[in-house]
Order: sequence, then C-alpha cells, then structure tokens
Amino acid sequence: MERQVLQRAKEAFLSGRARPLEFRLQQLHALQRMITEKETEISTALKQDINRSQYDTPLLELIGIENEVKLAIEKLAQWAAPRPVEKNLLTISDEVYIQPEPLGVVLIIGAWNYPWALTLLPLIGAIAAGNAAVVKPSELSECSSLLLRALLPRYLDKDLYPVVTGGVSETQQLLRLRFDHIFYTGGSTAAKLVMEAAARHLTPVTLELGGKSPCYIDKNCDVRTACRRITWGKFVNCGQTCIAPDYILCEPCIQGRVVECIRQTLLEFYGADPKCSPDYGRIINQRHFNRIMSLMEGYTPVVGGQSDSSQCYIAPTVLKDVPPHSRLMQEEIFGPVLPIVTVSDMDDAINFISEREKPLALYIFCSDKKAIKRMIEETTSGGVTVNDVMMHYTLSSLPFGGVGQSGMGRYHGKHTFDQLSHHRACLIRSLNMESVNLARYPPQDRRRARRARMALKSPLIDTSKRTLVWAIVATVLGVGLLITLMVILLIASGLNCTCWYWRGFYN
Amino acid sequence: MSRQQLAVQQARRSFQTGRTKPLEFRIQQLRGLQSFIQERQGHIKDALQKDLGKSERASELYDILVVESEIKLSMTKLAEWAAPRPVEKNLFTITDEVYVKPEPLGVVLIIGPWNYPWSLTLLPLVGAIAAGNAVIVKPSEISSHSSKVMKELLPLYLDKDLYQVVEGGVPETQELLKQRFDHIFYTGSTTVGKLVMEAAARYLTPVTLELGGKSPCYIDKNCDISTACRRITWAKFINCGQTCIAPDFLLCEPSIQNRVVEEIKKSIKKFYPDSPNSSEDYGRIINQRQFKRLMGLMEGCTVALGGDADEAKGYIGPTVLKNVTAESKVMQEEIFGPLLPIISVDGVEEAIQFINEREKPLVLYVFSYDDKLIKKVIAETSSGAVVANDCVVHFLDSALPFGGVGHSGMGRYRGRHTFDQLSNLRSCMIKKLTMEGFNSMRYPPHTDRKVSWARRALLTRFNIRRLQNLVILAILTGLAAFVVQRFLHSS
Repeated sequence: MERQVLQRAKEAFLSGRARPLEFRLQQLHALQRMITEKETEISTALKQDINRSQYDTPLLELIGIENEVKLAIEKLAQWAAPRPVEKNLLTISDEVYIQPEPLGVVLIIGAWNYPWALTLLPLIGAIAAGNAAVVKPSELSECSSLLLRALLPRYLDKDLYPVVTGGVSETQQLLRLRFDHIFYTGGSTAAKLVMEAAARHLTPVTLELGGKSPCYIDKNCDVRTACRRITWGKFVNCGQTCIAPDYILCEPCIQGRVVECIRQTLLEFYGADPKCSPDYGRIINQRHFNRIMSLMEGYTPVVGGQSDSSQCYIAPTVLKDVPPHSRLMQEEIFGPVLPIVTVSDMDDAINFISEREKPLALYIFCSDKKAIKRMIEETTSGGVTVNDVMMHYTLSSLPFGGVGQSGMGRYHGKHTFDQLSHHRACLIRSLNMESVNLARYPPQDRRRARRARMALKSPLIDTSKRTLVWAIVATVLGVGLLITLMVILLIASGLNCTCWYWRGFYN
Repeated sequence: MSRQQLAVQQARRSFQTGRTKPLEFRIQQLRGLQSFIQERQGHIKDALQKDLGKSERASELYDILVVESEIKLSMTKLAEWAAPRPVEKNLFTITDEVYVKPEPLGVVLIIGPWNYPWSLTLLPLVGAIAAGNAVIVKPSEISSHSSKVMKELLPLYLDKDLYQVVEGGVPETQELLKQRFDHIFYTGSTTVGKLVMEAAARYLTPVTLELGGKSPCYIDKNCDISTACRRITWAKFINCGQTCIAPDFLLCEPSIQNRVVEEIKKSIKKFYPDSPNSSEDYGRIINQRQFKRLMGLMEGCTVALGGDADEAKGYIGPTVLKNVTAESKVMQEEIFGPLLPIISVDGVEEAIQFINEREKPLVLYVFSYDDKLIKKVIAETSSGAVVANDCVVHFLDSALPFGGVGHSGMGRYRGRHTFDQLSNLRSCMIKKLTMEGFNSMRYPPHTDRKVSWARRALLTRFNIRRLQNLVILAILTGLAAFVVQRFLHSS
C-alpha cells in the first residue's frame, strides 16, 4: 500500500505540475484555508489526544502554522529565484548562479506532542520547494492523525501530498522505500533507524530530535521573572515539548527562592488544583505516564507530585537537590517534572553541560552580558535563548535544529525551503573567447602554466546589482566630497578670483 | 585500544582543550598548511607522478594551486565567516540580540579519494581547520605514495594532536568508522558512500558525501562543434579520465557524430603532438584492477578512436566509442577512465529523457548556441551542478557550492560552503528580563481576549526594513524641510 502511495506521488511529481510557482502558491493558500476553517475540529482532536486547552491550540500550533504559510506565500518568488554568486577572473563574463530545485518526494514523519505544527511546518517548506510529500503523522496522537488524513486530501492535491497513517510496521514499510529526503521529528533511538534506512538509498535526512535542555539561573538575576518564564515553558503541553527546559541548574543559595517562585507562578497559572484547570494538559498515554512516574521514584517533590493514572494526569512537579547521576538525569524527561541540580557557580554549570550530550536548546538566565557571552562561548547546543525559554523557536529567520544527538539539519521559514531544495550550481559560459582557455590545454609549458596560475589565484568578485549600485553611489559621493573640499580650501585660502561667478557668490 | 581509537581519542581531548576556538590559532594552522604546500611541492609532485603518472604542471594546476587559493581565501575571510550572523527580526524581538553563531562541531573525519589525493583531501581539511574542528585525515591507500608523503610530512606543519593522518586500507577504514565523529566527509564511490552513512547513523553523525556517477554531456547540433569538442576532450582526458566531474558520455544527433569524432581526434593531436603515450601531459591508470575493469568496459563497442593500451605501463590511450547503446557494458557504471562513448539521440527531447531515466548525475554538461535550449535542459533535468558550453571549470569558482544530489552525493563544499558545512550554526536569541508585560498574553489562565490579542499581534506582518526606511525618509524630509525653511527665512 505504501509503495503504491509513493509511486503515485512520484508520478505526480514527475508530471511537473508542482513546478510552477502558481501551483505551489495555490496549494499553500489551500493549506492556509484548512487551518482557518477547521480550527474547531483541530482543537477537538487535540483535546482528545492530549487534553490541549482550546486556547493553547492556536497559541502553540495554529498561529505558528499560519505565520509560516503566510511567510512562504509572500516570499516564495524570492526564495525560488536564481541566486547570483560571486565570480572570479575565470568566470567574470559568465552567468553564475545557484538555482534552487525540488528534490522529489519527501517523507515527513511527524511527532505526537505538537501533531499539527511539527507535521505541517515541514510540509509547508516541502510544498514551497516544489516537492511531493508523503505525510506520516504520529499514531500516538490518533485523533489528530485521522483528522489530518481526512482533511488534507480535501484541500491539497491528493496524489502529490498523501497522508499515510499507521504505527511502527507501516513506518518501517515506508522507510524501506526510496525517498529524496526524509524529515523526521522524534526521539534519537528511532532516528538512528531512520538514518540507517535512509543510508541504503543515500537519502539525505533532517532529524529534529531532543535531549535534556539545561536551564541555568544565575544568582544575580531577577529570579521571579525568570521562574515565571521557565514555569510557562516547562509546563505548557504538560512538559511534552522538545525544547522545554528539561532541568534547572542553580546555586544552592537561590534554590529555595526558585522553588518558591515556581510554586507561586503555578498558582497564578493553574490555580490551587491544576487538575481542574482547563489550561493544564495530560500525558499522551499510559506508557509515557508510567515512564515519567517511574523517573520520580525515590524522590520527594517540593512542589506537586500528585497523579491520577486514570486521567494520565501528573501535577506540575519540582524536585530539588537532584543528584547528577540519578535516573532522572539520564534521559529526556518529556513531562511535567522539573529537577533542580545544584552547581557551585557558572563554571561548574558550564562543565556540567559540556560533559553531557549536546542539547537541542540551552537556556541562560543572567543579567551580566559578559557572563552570558562566556557561557555561550564555552558550551554548544542547537539553539540558545537567554532570559526566556523556547523563544528562538518563534522567530522564523532563525534556523531551528539540533546538533549531535539532538539532531541534524535546520528548518523554519526560508530554512525549510532551503533544506528541502536542491541547490544546483549553474555556470553558463559562451563558446567564444576560446583564447582565454588556451592556458589550460596541453601541451603544458611554462608560459601557459603561469597564465593558468594567475587565473586560478584570482580573488572572488561580487558582481551583484546591489554592490554595483553601492559602488557607483559611493564613487559619486566620494568624488563630490573631494570637489567640495577642494573648493572650500580654495575659498579659505583667500584666492582672489576675478571670476564673476564667485563674486556673485560672495554677494 | 586500536590505533584508530587512540587517534580519535587524542584528537577529541585536544579539541576539548578549546585551543582551536581563537581565530588566530586557526589562521596559524592554515599558514602552516600553506607552508607545507609551498615547501613540499617537490614531494607532492613526485608522489603524484608515481601514483598517477601526473606531470608536474598537471599536479600544479589540479592539485596544488586550487588548495593554495582556498587557503588564502579562508585566511582572508575567516573573521567574516566566523562572526555572528545577524538575522531579520520581527516586532517582538526588535529589542533583542538575535544572530546565528557558527561554532566548531568537534572531530571531523575526512576520507580522501585516490584520483586527486591532495586537493580532494586538503580542500575539506582547510574548511575543517577554519571552522575550528579537530580532524582525522584518512588518505586513500590506493594512491599510496601520496598517502605516505601526507602521513610523514603533514604533522611537521600542523598541530600533531588536533590534525592526524591515519593511513590504511579497508579494515583500517572500517575500524575508523566504528568510532564516533562529529562529522564525516567522504569522497569516493556510491557503494562505499552507503556504508559510510550507515556507520554514521549509529552515532547520528552528519555526513557530507561527494560521490560520482555518469555525468552526461549533450552536444547540440547548433553549436561550435570544434570548440565544444576541444573543451570536452580536455576535460575528459585530464588525469586519464579519472575525474568525478569528467564528462562520462556524450549524447548527440547521428548527423554530427562523425564530426564530433573528427574534432576530438584533432584536439588529441594538438594536445599530445607526438602521441599520448609519450606525452608527459597524459596520465596513467592508477592500478591493475582499474586497468582491467576499463578494458572490460570496451567489450562490444565500436572503437572510433584510440583503444590502444599497455598493461605494463597502466596506459590506455584516449578512446572514443561509437554506436553505444544504453545496454552496453560501458553504460552500466561510471567509467572513470579515458573511454568516451557517444550515444545517438534524436534531439534535445530524447537527450533529456535519456538523462532523466538515470540516476541524478554529479554534473550535467550541455553545449549549444541556443540559450533557450540550455535553459530548457536545466529546467527539465536535475544534477548536482550544470555547466553550459564548458566542462569541469565550475569546481574552480569557490563561491559555487560543489556537491551532488541523490546517488551523486549530499552536502556542499568549497570556499565558505565547507566552513558552513563543518560548523554548528547555532541560533542565539538574547532577551532581557524586563518588559514582562508583553509576555502576559502567553501565560495561563487563557482568555478569549488574550488569544485574539496574540493572534492579531503575531499574524500582522510587519516588514521591519520597510518601517526603518520610512523612519529614515521621515527624518530626512524633516531635515530638508528645516533647511529649506531656514534658507527662506534668511533670504
């Protein structure tokens, strides 16, 4: 079945109908309509999947998707246009540019925590780049997955963008087939299998994974505001966010204060009993519920800790003085449990972070600019937000992605377009000016070698229109200033000019 | 612990000391590499002569000069490449510092090929050093003399722990691939490329694969066939055809096939006046195995030109094969030798179809006077790169990203692209702990009003640049009005 779906998508792609920009724009407009028209249905599905509040759905997913679609529609012509390149002496009279082209059929494997955003954002880029795409939403967010399968064909081209639902075996079937790019969002274990499968066909991959994103709070900062922002980021979607602050690092002297501020903020956000708050989510399923509960074993929470297995409810929980080698610190929590690990100072925090796998995101709360720069310098991660959490995700001009175990490849905005395009180098020469080439032909002698050497060593020259315009403007201004300066000097030197023009000027 | 494990551990420890971070260190290492190339040219040329029968001039042109120019470019531009790159902000981030910071990845493995053992191994090394990584260089054992020289002499010019040369054949490479790297840069064949990527998957290591394939070359009947054939002949027989971007086979209409053969013959005569066998500019096949493989490929084809060979010397003369079909043995694999098959097609449509039925090549060549035809070929095919009216030279413009697509590879390099490919481009957003009021719309408890505010704020697209331009225009207008007013006042 999967093979037929791919075959149809491939044929549809080869027909060339996804190539013209008008077609891509039309598809993007349709996707935009789907998001606006079906918001209620999407909200309902998310409520059933993960108890997402009706407000969190637009805030966390739909607005972001709409933004990306609008951006793609607005910028498509610019993104898809040939991109001129710097030339050197060898290529100065040639047409040299990079042409972004579609890759072919892209496989998009979505995730269950933000089933719409994490599946549709790559799809937007895939459509914009002119590809066909097989969309495989996560089976764990079942209602969203089925809804997507029902809706997408109603708005988009059925053959070019099919939805394939199913579990592990269907995904494995898909991964045996040959795609032109695989875009996977999920965990590192499955990602290794995805990349191995891709290797068999030499298919490039984008892997948006996760990990433990550390959050360092400096003792000399506005702890109250810091904790409010961290609390929001940690407990939104019940902690099931790949860029949620996984754990806190702070000095023992402020640990008590941090706990208090988080407690206060939780009261503000969800009231005394988060179970009754319409804005607090649930764990996706029993398996993950059990996993998170077992991570907490042996610890006495300072905040929260309550749970209700029948609802997959875990209260917002904070644990303090967590030992660095505990089980809780070995795997990505992906739940509403926030451990605090104490460190002696910023250097200790930097060592702690650097000893572990490169995280998807790093959060630093600090008012000292120098200290912030040092921490960024001495650590590495996919992205960094300072004095807030998760916000680097929201700016589409920032390329989003991981490094090392947290992933490879970048997306959002133009970066998705670029990631799912082939950047073809184009060099158009003319059949004239053969004399220039003589230096390269055998038989080689000293003179020819010298000429070739000169040509090969020439620097790169930017011949784009913008540089040319600037060059002309700068020259005109420069010459103008020079003349003005000379005139002023002449006048100042008291030159008794008998020219009537100047006399008129004096009067 | 195996030799390979030790080397990687040493490189990683040295990387973790942080000494590759300062730009001065990287420039100093690049300068060291530059000295190596300049001082040891003799050794390099000698090794290439022994490995591939390359003449001194050819070595200079294709292996040495391009590396020298890349080093120079990297040293000049390093500060620019490594600097934080600001990005476009939106209304919400207008007071924040937002930029992309290029960072080193860690330990990079560079597996070099045998056909251009110096340039195709050192060019990625230049980028890796510039990006601040530690590197394990594994030169190809097939170009054994070059590998030996690299192993002996390179450590004398670069930091011994950070940049190590590890020699060896298949078992040693397999042992290396069992280790964990932060990026693997492989140049070679498609078959091995798959194994490299599979090994990389175990650690989720990103890869750059510079592979090959059959690069087609279409000659339109409406073009200067003499010039076209001269350029094709040059490109095809450099390094005895052992170039990943050599035109693998020709496509042309039957009516010009004889002319094409004639012109190639003329060019060969001009390039190698006595005979290719006795010309120092004509190379040799790297080893017996490749020689036998190439001789086997000629089976079943009509030799229009050349076909002469000398097994003892590893010499195969420039050969053109006529009446080749898609099923011929020579069309089943990348030739990588001095055999040039010509396939007849009935015009550009059939040529495009022929090309599209096959794997996406590393490069596509098209020769024509007709600009529209060229644009058509580009629009209706896909390949790593496309060059019209010449061959191979796109590699020499370091601003053009070099790489394949599909089976011809993934990833890009040359110039700044190598630097970017071997860096972690880290997105940074530096906010302040003030202006908390703005954030209130995202905090629960949620209300209809908050969400509609958020929707309005986030979805209204503001073009920051246009706003800035308007503000500047307003100020200039104000200033101009002020000046005019004073002028009127005074007069």
